[in-house]
Formats: sequence, structure tokens, C-alpha cells
Amino acid sequence: MSSKARLMQGNEACVEGAIAAGMRFYAGYPITPSTEIAELSAEMLPKVGGKFIQMEDEIASMGAVIGASLTGLKAMTATSGPGFSLKQENIGFASLTEVPCVIVNVQRGGPSTGLPTLPAQGDVMQARWGTHGDHPIIVLSPSYVKEVYELTIRAFNLSEKYRVPCILLMDEVVAHMREKVELPDPSTIKIINRKKPDPSIVNYEPYRDYDGDGIPPMASFGEGIPFHVTGLIHDVTGFPSTNAKVTEALITRLMKKIYDNLDDIVDYECISVEDAETVIISFGSTARSVLRAVHLMRQEGHKIGMIRLKTIWPFAYKAIQNLSSAVKNLIVAEMNFGQLVETVRASAGGRFEVSGLNKFNGELITPDEVIAKVKEVMGRA
Amino acid sequence: MGERMEIRLSGSGGQGLILAGIILAEAAILDGKNAVQSQSYGPEARGGASRAEVIISESSIDYPKVTKPDILLALTEEALMKYKDNLKPDGVIIIDSSIKKPELPVKIISLPIIETAQNRTGKVIVANIVALGALTTATKIVSKESTEKAVMDRVPKGTEELNKKALYSGFELGESL
Amino acid sequence: MRKELEKYFRTEKLPHIWCPGCSHGILTGAVVRAIDNLKLDQKKICIVSGIGCSSRAPGYLNFYTLHTTHGRALAFATGIKLANPDLKVIVLTGDGDCAAIGGNHFIHAARRNIDITTIVFNNSIYGMTSGQYSPMTPKGSYATTAPYGNIDRNFDLCKLAQSAGATYVARGTVYHIPQLIKIIEKALQHKGFSLVDAVSICPTYFGRKNKMGSPVKMMEFIRDVSIPIKSAEKLSKEELAGKILIGEFYEEQAPEYTEEYAKVIEKSQEGD
Repeated sequence: MSSKARLMQGNEACVEGAIAAGMRFYAGYPITPSTEIAELSAEMLPKVGGKFIQMEDEIASMGAVIGASLTGLKAMTATSGPGFSLKQENIGFASLTEVPCVIVNVQRGGPSTGLPTLPAQGDVMQARWGTHGDHPIIVLSPSYVKEVYELTIRAFNLSEKYRVPCILLMDEVVAHMREKVELPDPSTIKIINRKKPDPSIVNYEPYRDYDGDGIPPMASFGEGIPFHVTGLIHDVTGFPSTNAKVTEALITRLMKKIYDNLDDIVDYECISVEDAETVIISFGSTARSVLRAVHLMRQEGHKIGMIRLKTIWPFAYKAIQNLSSAVKNLIVAEMNFGQLVETVRASAGGRFEVSGLNKFNGELITPDEVIAKVKEVMGRA
Repeated sequence: MGERMEIRLSGSGGQGLILAGIILAEAAILDGKNAVQSQSYGPEARGGASRAEVIISESSIDYPKVTKPDILLALTEEALMKYKDNLKPDGVIIIDSSIKKPELPVKIISLPIIETAQNRTGKVIVANIVALGALTTATKIVSKESTEKAVMDRVPKGTEELNKKALYSGFELGESL
Repeated sequence: MRKELEKYFRTEKLPHIWCPGCSHGILTGAVVRAIDNLKLDQKKICIVSGIGCSSRAPGYLNFYTLHTTHGRALAFATGIKLANPDLKVIVLTGDGDCAAIGGNHFIHAARRNIDITTIVFNNSIYGMTSGQYSPMTPKGSYATTAPYGNIDRNFDLCKLAQSAGATYVARGTVYHIPQLIKIIEKALQHKGFSLVDAVSICPTYFGRKNKMGSPVKMMEFIRDVSIPIKSAEKLSKEELAGKILIGEFYEEQAPEYTEEYAKVIEKSQEGD
């Protein structure tokens, strides 16, 4: 046994990953089932010289995170559905002002106060379109405790690289379960830091695309270059504008910096899809039930496979489009009334029959339920 | 031992079953196996039915929840009644001797867990550790050495001796079968 | 404008968007003069605002400036100050931004005694959205959303700040500029959460709705109803009705939040 193997809770792995990624600021508000992330951040951050603050509400937490990130610190907050709703206003601010930050949403049953201690995956669409207006966002979803660690690091890296808020969309099962984890040697972890303005730049303009990659270099408050940041539509200087061309250019760049880099951002795992006639698409803890069902059905000789999404948004359109024509059915298994299934259906473009396996009663979808659904769909074909 | 062993520890809130589950999972990891521990809880911090679940496997663990336990521990009648029916056919139930032994188609082991905690350590609060010791030796699901190390790593400073005594009493209970 | 003050402004962004007769420019000038009088390091100052007429001020000022969401300036400012305590953080906000939608952030920033100076451009009305009543609109006044007269009671922001834990609390007006500059200087020098309630005028909305006449008349009105705190002590409740009390209400030295957090860092690292 490796000396580093230990039993770790999902929420704990999130904090470990965040600190490994360079998180030095956390602002949050207590909410089940994410609270352990705040508690552990409060304990661990000062030990590495970082800062923790429990704010007066979820809105303030998101504001404080953005403020801290503007001074150059990597910052994170964690919440669950009700708090995620409240954070949306300032998530939009971070999207438009391109301030890197990580938002963890440990999903629980909803809507409203819903089922505070029970799992759900009902915030899939809110994670994509929760704040108003066209905006870029990246959403990651871990299935294993070890993957919570890895994807938290990745969330910081993507957020820093693309100057975009990145959401780690967990569910209660993966957040609260404890699982064997072997943490990697910190020196082997790839860390990405935001691009800083080249010192040779005179009259720095905070939103100018100096490098032509759609990502402006980011100065920090306190570094000596005064600049302005506003939640209004702004030109390359950072000052407000209502000019149609400026507006169009800004929104286009915001979206393109993500959609031009899908190969770098989108990540998923294909399991037994090569000869599959039925492919199940899933994510988070639900994917583990699907994986078990795939194993069991393969043993019985059924041609079944799965795609496990590690990024939910931007959606892995290619994963669907690349499926061979041997595939007859797609099933989207998710703990909600049917959210991602519509996006999968759109991606399928009529090539495959698409149906949903949905559960929204506060219980994880079981392998038996997956098997029953597959058999139902196969019987229909 | 089978490929995937499912263990459910049940009783009332405050009996320390979640801690027992965590220790059991850690002992399995010390044995070089994979383990997943999860729990269900209501809004109340104390009282009510409580359960911790542990899955131990030589290979990686996909579905993380217990469906048909191989082992059920029940420290209260309420917990036994709630969870007794869906064990695997070759499963085993370990109950506290204060519970009336039910008629069930699986093996039932009745052990004086709570009484032993009271008589041997003077503290009922360590019944969870006594139970863990008994479960370890009765089922051999994890090694005694790993359980002991896991217990010592987890229990609060200053309570090591108390917990060690509880654990050894539990080992004896399981070995007496 | 005095030549030596120009460096504090983004002169290319002027003229400002405020209406003729609006006194927010005077208040912005007072803030800059206080900074200049204290010879504070321009590259160590961060100015944060929310949404509204007042919150446009940072855009004209040559510092690190952040124009946030409605009411949230203090939340962002708290993150900035805790993340980088070397920065002098100033929040410019309005009466609606600070006391209504930002009320929760306001009382909690005061409670923490975090070293932020909050200057409220208090013109008793929502100007940006064209004249709705705010929590500081006097009872009985008219607004577009109070066509029959405002029945809401208004906050005394200074009392609110003091009871929430602010350690420097003062009020000035656009009519009494030398005093206001002195008050802002003291607030900026104070270690801890400081509040300056800066009474301003909005001729376009509050003035017209309440038939107050020209901007000059509104300034005269402020002059006539303002009373120094000391003089107010001798007056009865009836005599004080409708008056604006100006001066320093409260000052105390108390542990400051970011300094307390520095101790947390030390404590967490003990024995490592």
C-alpha cells in the first residue's frame, strides 16, 4: 500500500485540490451539503498564508471572491442550490469582467429549500444559464473523490487560463462519501496561473486582446497600474460603452475564447462504446451506477457502453457526433426531471433514439434501474 | 472474501456508527483494499435511526451505495427492523444482545456489545468501538492490526486507552464465537 | 480644478454624466481633496462602488477602480481589503445602494470593523432610475413611486452604522465642504470601518418632485436645516424635526478585521 493512500471525503478532496491549485482566498456562507468545504478551508488556508472569511450571505461571498481575485489571489466559494441561486448575479459579473474564480455547487434536491441532505443533479441548466445574458462558463462534474481533487485543480487552471468563472458541479453523494485516495506528489501537478501584462506594454488596457487569443492579460489591483473594472459593457480600456460594435466585439470574444478551445476544455470518458448498440450518457455519482450496470450487462453479453462527462459545459458535442452508426439508442441518466437530455437530443441530430433515465426523489439512481431502462429501450427497438 | 463486500452499520444517532464506518473503511485501506464509506442522516444530530455504509473491495468500486449487505450490524431494535430484510442469502447480522433475536433466513449473531462497553470500560459511549472489534473478528473482513491502527488514528487524543480497551473487548466477543 | 488635483482624475473621461446642478461632482472633489491633503499613495488606493449615480464616480478617478453590482460594493471591497490589506479601500455608494439593497453588507462590514472608508452620496432618492424613494427619503416627501407622499420612515445611517459596530461615524453636507473634507480626511486616517454620510442634492428628481426650486435653493435649504451636533444637544425633539445633524458622531479605536486575521494566520502556523 502506498503511504499516501487515505480515506478522504469528497468535500475534503475539494479543499485539498484547491490549495494544491493555489487557492489563497475563500469566502462562503454555511449551507448543507457543502459546509465541510468552508470548515476545512477555514482551518487550512491560514496555514498556507491564505485568507478565509465567512460572509453575511451568499451574494457577499461571491462578491468577496471576485474582489480577492482582482488583487491576484486565486479564490473559491462553495455552496448548494439555494446559495447558487443567490450567487448568480455576481457570477455574471465575473463572466463579463473576466475575473477568474471557482464556484463549487454541491447539488441537493430542489427547487427552493428542497431536500437539503439528499442528492440531486437538478442544477445542470442553472449552472449553464443561471445568470442573465449571454455569457461564457465552464462546468466540471466529478464522479469519484479522487476526481474531485483533480477537477478542483482543473477548475482553477481553466478559470485562470481563460479568465472565466469555473463551476465545480458536485452532488451530495460524491461530496459526502469517503473513498480511498492517493494524492499525487505536488511537484507533478500542473498549475496554470493567469496571464499577466507584459512589462513592455505602455498604457495597459485591461480588456485589449494583445495576444490575439481572446484572453486579455490581467493586472492586479495593487500592482501599480491603475485600471477600471465595470459590470457595464465596456471597451478595451475597461470603460463603459453602449456602442453596438464594441458590444458585439466584447460578447463575441467572451464566447469565442471558450468555444474556440473546446478540444482543450471538454473532457469525457468513453467506456465500451466501440461496438455498443446502446450508450448511456451520465456524470457525477450517477455515472457510477451506470458503470456498474454496464459491467453487469456486458457480462450477460449486451452491447452496452457509456460516456461519462467530466465537463458538462461546454457540452461534449463531439462525443455524441463521433459515435458510430452501430449505436441505436442513447440514454441520458441524470438525477433530475430531464435536463441534459435535451442537449444530447440536439447533438444527436436525429441519428439516434434519445431517452432519459430520470430520478428526482432524493435517491441515487441504482444499477438495477439503469439495467431496467436499457432493457426497456432495447425491447422497444 | 468476495469481490465486493457491503457492510451496513445501524443504530441510533449519537452511537458513533459513522465514526465506526470511517474506521472500518480506513482499516480496509490499511489492508491494501479499496473502500467507500457513506452515510445517511436526517436533520437531527442526535437520536433517530442512523446508518453508515462501507463497501470493501479488492478492485475499484463503482456503485458507491449498499444494496444488499453482506454484513449488517444493528445496535437498536428500530434499526434492525428497518434494515433486516434485504441481506444477501449468505449474509450475516450482528445484533446487540439487548435486542430480541428475530426469525430470519440469514445467520444472526447476538453479542452483548453495549453491556460489554458498560462493564469493561464503564462507558457506553464506546459501544461503537466494541462493535467494530466484534465485527472484525467475527467476520474477518479486515485484519485486527489494521483495525487497531485505524482506531488509534481516529479517536480523540486522551481517549486512546479507553478505546483500545473497548476494541480488545470487542475482539474477544467476536473470537468467542 | 486645481492643477495638482488633475492627476487623480481620468480627465479624458470628463465631462461626467451627472445632471446640471447635481452635487455628486462636489462630493467627488471633496474625496480627491482629502486624499491630496493627506498625500496618500495613489498607487495604494482602491475605490469601489455599487450601482447608481454616485457609483459612477470611480470611473472618473485615477486609481484601481471597481464598479460592481447593485448594493454589493462593500462585499467586493471586503474581499479586496482582506486579500491585500496594504490597499487603502474606499467605497463610494449612494443612499439606495448602501442602505436598501446593500444594507446587509453595510451592517456586517461595520460589525467586522474592517478598514474600509464608506462615503455615502446621500441625495435621498434613486436618481439613476429617475426618482424613486429610497430608505433615506424623508417621510412625507414625494417620489415617482410615492405619488401620494412617502409613508416609509427613513434610516438615520449614522445611528445604524454606530450600532452595527462602525468605529468612525460622521455626517457632512455639500454645502459645508471644508468641514466635509476634514471629515473625509479623518475617516481615511481612521483604522477600522468608517462611515461618512455625505448629504447631497438631486435637483432633477428629488428637487422637482418636492418643488424645492433651483439647485441654489436646494443648497440654501441644506444650509438652513443643518445643525452642528453640539448645538443640537440643547434642542428639543420638536425643534430637531426635519434638521440635518452634522459633525462627528462617534469615534473609537477597536481591533481591525484584517489585523485580527493576521493573528489567525500566526496562530494557525504555531507549532508547524
